[in-house]
Amino acid sequence: MVDKVCNDAADALAGVLKDGMTIMAGGFGLCGIAENLIAAIREAGVKDLTVVSNNCGVDDFGLGILLAGGQIRKMISSYVGENKLFEKLYLSGELELEFNPQGTLAERIRAGGAGIPAFFTKTGVGTLVAEGKEVRDFDGETYVMERGLTADLSIVKAWKGDAEGNLVYRKTARNFNPMMATAGRVTIAEVEELVEVGSLDKDAIHTPGIYVDRLVRGAVYEKRIERETTRPKEVA
Amino acid sequence: MAWSREDLAARAAEELRDGFYVNLGIGIPTLVANYIPDGMDVTLQSENGMLGMGPFPYEGEADPDLINAGKQTITELPSSSYFNSADSFAMIRGGHINLSILGAMQVAENGDLANWMVPGKMVKGMGGAMDLVAGVKRVVIVMEHNEKSGAPKLVKQCSLPLTGAKVVDLLITDLGVFEVNRGAGVVLTAMAPGVTVEEIKAKTEAAFTVRL
Repeated sequence: MVDKVCNDAADALAGVLKDGMTIMAGGFGLCGIAENLIAAIREAGVKDLTVVSNNCGVDDFGLGILLAGGQIRKMISSYVGENKLFEKLYLSGELELEFNPQGTLAERIRAGGAGIPAFFTKTGVGTLVAEGKEVRDFDGETYVMERGLTADLSIVKAWKGDAEGNLVYRKTARNFNPMMATAGRVTIAEVEELVEVGSLDKDAIHTPGIYVDRLVRGAVYEKRIERETTRPKEVA
Repeated sequence: MAWSREDLAARAAEELRDGFYVNLGIGIPTLVANYIPDGMDVTLQSENGMLGMGPFPYEGEADPDLINAGKQTITELPSSSYFNSADSFAMIRGGHINLSILGAMQVAENGDLANWMVPGKMVKGMGGAMDLVAGVKRVVIVMEHNEKSGAPKLVKQCSLPLTGAKVVDLLITDLGVFEVNRGAGVVLTAMAPGVTVEEIKAKTEAAFTVRL
């Protein structure tokens, strides 16, 4: 068996990072982000990155640290409202930004990983998003053509993984990770738990190992919560 | 007297029906969850990958892997399921969600909706809003009737970039309820207590008829 398991995040990224590359990064807000791999990319100092990710972290955590390090040239995202530095860099012209509707972004990545170069969707018809794109009517409704999306590198975060690269995500930390795992020319997964091959329920594997080139158990997990919202315990 | 945020959420909850799958936007729409009538079976979808959203967790029990689309910590129910973002938007775009309740910056009399950007000022992004209005069967908008400056938000034509064209079915503001009917003509059907048709006319740019 090819050994996919790496010693640490820096080891997992060795020989892969290049200035100007496109990186897909899983996660929704700070939930399900590859925090160890992001930290290692920060450390490596690679620049002029195009990053495909639903959001861009917060000012001092997640992808926000790559932004603060001046490593990102362009973002492809659906929502960046939690990051003040982002807004500042964009409005001053230092950062390029391509907004995609969230479902279009997810489907572009799914399509890219599945070998589908383009598809038609109702989302965005009649808005800025459709400008300059082919539109076509099907069954009396208008659709806009969107392109499949791939990347030089995908970094994903799973709950459990085995040496084969089989991955299982936990709750809403799944989000964009499974599609991104399919759409990277190289896909690196970080996991909270590295488990024995054979111990994962084969019917419940979310990402089959074929999509994962390298795997690393994350050294530390902060798993920061963006908006902790609770209710008081009811008193009997 | 104009309706409060809570009143708006309660009024929007009247659009819920037994058996509905519903997606609630951020802000006032999120409050609608507090007004689901007892005994009514409504399943809340969260576009980051969950069906069957439960209430906020008890203090000390928040799980960083379990959040809603507004990034708030939530809980699961016995009936909940999780899925990836592509599957989530397949549900939305594919017309499987019955109702979406969203906020807005502007609604136009032709049913156009603008709620995602102010050019040169606010750069946040559309998130899932464009997919929701394109795919969900019924779109209900909840918003303040006017901007803080007093400028109307129910307008003839949106001046802000659109989220969707001809997508709004119903609009609920702090002054009244308007059937927008995706451009088939705006009809005022209810007013907050003490509000008059004249007051609404003065605060609205869009043309509308009255059927109270």
